[in-house]
Amino acid sequence: MSDIGITSYGAYIPKKRLNRKAIADANAWMNGALRGMGKGTKAMCNWDEDALTMAVEAARNCVAGSDTSELSALYFASTTHPFADRHNAGVITAALNMPEDIRSLDIGGTQRAGTSALAEGLAGVGNGTTLVVAADARPAKPGSVQEMQFGDAAAAVTLGAENVIAKYLGGHSVALDLIDHYRAADGEGYDYALEDRWVKEMGYDVIVPETGKKALEKAGLTGADIDHFVMPTRQRRLDGNMAKALGVSPDAVRGNLNPEIGEAGTAHALVMLVDALEAAAPGDKIMVIGFGQGTDVLIFEATEALKTLGARRGVAATKAAGTEENIYTRYLSFRQILPYEWGIRAERDNRTAQSTFFRKRDSITSFMGGKCEQCGTLQYPKTRVCVNPNCQAIETQVDHPFADMPASVKTFTEDNLAYSPSPPYLYGNVAFKEGGNIFMEMTDFEPGVLEIGTDLKMVFRIKDFDHKRGFRRYFWKAAPADNS
Amino acid sequence: MARGIKDKVAIIGMGCSKFGERWDASPDDLMMESYTEAMADAGITKDDLGMAWLGVFFDEQNVGKSALPLSQALRLPNIPVTRVENLCATGTEALRGAVYAVAAGATDIALAVGVEKLKDTGYGGLPERTKGTFEDLWQPNSTAPGSFAQLASAYAAKHDIPMEDLKRGMAHVSWKSHQNGVKSPKAHLQRTVEMDAILDAPMISFPLGLYDCCGVSDGSAAAIVTTPEIAREMGHDNPITVKAMQLAPSNGVEMSHNSWDGSYTLTTRIAAQRAYEEAGIKDPVKEIGMTEVHDCFSITELVVMEDLGLSEEGKAVTDILDGKFDATGDVPCQIDGGLKCFGHPIGASGLRMAYEVYTQLRGRAGERQIKDINMGLTHNLGGIPNRNIASVSVLGRHKD
Repeated sequence: MSDIGITSYGAYIPKKRLNRKAIADANAWMNGALRGMGKGTKAMCNWDEDALTMAVEAARNCVAGSDTSELSALYFASTTHPFADRHNAGVITAALNMPEDIRSLDIGGTQRAGTSALAEGLAGVGNGTTLVVAADARPAKPGSVQEMQFGDAAAAVTLGAENVIAKYLGGHSVALDLIDHYRAADGEGYDYALEDRWVKEMGYDVIVPETGKKALEKAGLTGADIDHFVMPTRQRRLDGNMAKALGVSPDAVRGNLNPEIGEAGTAHALVMLVDALEAAAPGDKIMVIGFGQGTDVLIFEATEALKTLGARRGVAATKAAGTEENIYTRYLSFRQILPYEWGIRAERDNRTAQSTFFRKRDSITSFMGGKCEQCGTLQYPKTRVCVNPNCQAIETQVDHPFADMPASVKTFTEDNLAYSPSPPYLYGNVAFKEGGNIFMEMTDFEPGVLEIGTDLKMVFRIKDFDHKRGFRRYFWKAAPADNS
Repeated sequence: MARGIKDKVAIIGMGCSKFGERWDASPDDLMMESYTEAMADAGITKDDLGMAWLGVFFDEQNVGKSALPLSQALRLPNIPVTRVENLCATGTEALRGAVYAVAAGATDIALAVGVEKLKDTGYGGLPERTKGTFEDLWQPNSTAPGSFAQLASAYAAKHDIPMEDLKRGMAHVSWKSHQNGVKSPKAHLQRTVEMDAILDAPMISFPLGLYDCCGVSDGSAAAIVTTPEIAREMGHDNPITVKAMQLAPSNGVEMSHNSWDGSYTLTTRIAAQRAYEEAGIKDPVKEIGMTEVHDCFSITELVVMEDLGLSEEGKAVTDILDGKFDATGDVPCQIDGGLKCFGHPIGASGLRMAYEVYTQLRGRAGERQIKDINMGLTHNLGGIPNRNIASVSVLGRHKD
């Protein structure tokens, strides 16, 4: 049997990092214990990000440089899919220009949905290459411990049988209805969590070592063989305890990134896995554990191909590009917990004409513009008549993707009058280096940073909300180019 | 072969309501105000009117659809009425319809009325509306100040002008209009503002501050047009005539093509060139006695001076600060206060500009009368710098 396993990876950590001290300063009055937790930062979505937009970015980083038409399945794991009934994975496939002939799946319902999706993806590799992406942006009640601990992030891997960078050695899964916490499908929408020590002693202690041993057996290994032990947890030292119970060396236990980015729910195991792949050497064994009313254990071995894969935007790259956020109330507003008075301009009705959206979905979700075959001019949107004043040929444009094209600021403004959930509202004319201009919104820029000529890259974001009808629509925006 | 509109149509009467926050007036009241003045000025009765044009922009905000509001408010004798809309060029578009009807010989005397009632929104500013079912999916929810502010950042970068200098040029534009507005009894704002106050004002949309932006007003203006022959028969020896009326809309280049650099209005340049040709103008600075241009924002007026060929490329700031376009300068601009002080009820503005040129040419401008004026130019720019309609019109006297 040929090796199957991971063939590429990507991750996405949102730029904004909320200082936990800001949370503690605001909330310590009602729970003094929060002071002790007020250290480090947690990654927080911008107002225009959610699990779906983060998943798109992680997936883009994973497949960059490859042909997405080769993918045959996409699994999207989350416990915060923006839609309960509207295929979320299908938005990702469209955003990435994946073929319409594809198997796609939303997977959720547990904090181990990410690792479960990985297990399912590996089981189905015989049917072609699978992209597994996990993302979470969980709600947390103000003043709760979860609010301090939760972070937002996404990670993605492709699974296949060729050019494998980490081959799958084996794994085991267990389902056990131990309700360490829960969040109801309807109702208040916040986590209800039970006592840590009970969760450890009746949950982790009971099933993780046992499941881990079964996985090691299938892989033909012992705990001592593991070089990278990946286990997300919000309980201190619990990962070390589990490693010890499995005979894994304490040096193999990987840092869980919580102090810098928080714990990102069902995405976190994959975020830590990507972090491990960025550090692994060929031959290293990686054990990944997911826990959530049961447990998944998967074991991989890094291959020589890992070294020739080339630089990818994973955890290291996106973790580095952070900006500090010190305004706790802005976080609460972005999370739609604190209802501010935005004024009459925010009363605008954002109803979507779904038939128009469907007709124009290539332009909107896939960010397809046009290339005139007569004169070569790139233009957005794609139109019936070429915009080049020296051409103006009719019906000559073919689809041309704009999402990965480098661009820069031609004009801009910082608008204090326009409604924006994060004023000032930034927008302007974006000139694409290979041709084309789009009047569009900018995001992830602090006020006072934009200049004529600032380099830009395109990112997939929430365009606006229709709160009246429970809808949100997506489009692309111009963000700071990588490494800026 | 068509030879243009020059000297084919005369304006025999004009009217203009008081512009401002007309809490006391509905669209009907405003239309009657400008219409009755125009009719008295022309010395005709309702039965002399053959056709009418109504310019309204925000029909969904105030007046309502179709041309019925005009016919109903004025109790016109069931003559043909057409409602037109071309963003901020709406008022000019109404005049254009009336002018072409007369030039075509389809009617003897035509009426054009522009009206806008913006002050029922409940807040200061233009109402938020959909841009279209597709456009709403991708275009930014831009504001007018935000869209025009972009001219400033691009202009400064292109001509290598420090932002402080550009700000001073923009501030002088507003200062000058406020100086002029004090002498304009029908203007919305009639008070001067100091340069320091303008420069220190709160930022609306970088780099436009409060005084760089025109406000929101209610108002109406009207014109009555006929042939020069009929005008003579009515006793006008040397009637005011239309010398040029040109319109140039964007066709997508500014929105989607790299050839536009964001620092000027392409359409104004095209419309101006055609208008000068139509009117037979060879040297705009010498031959044009005044301009009323679209100063929705001070930066717009600034770049339009270049787009109209009144300033050389990159020289607008210098010319403005030298006073070239002040009331005492070579080519006075916004002698009645402009959009900034007279006000900008969108559907009426193009006609209000014509009203001021007409008033100046008739020698009736009182305190603000320009000496020896022979030709005046009006300019509108409806939309945003990267997607707009520019109109350039020239009025003069039949025999000059």
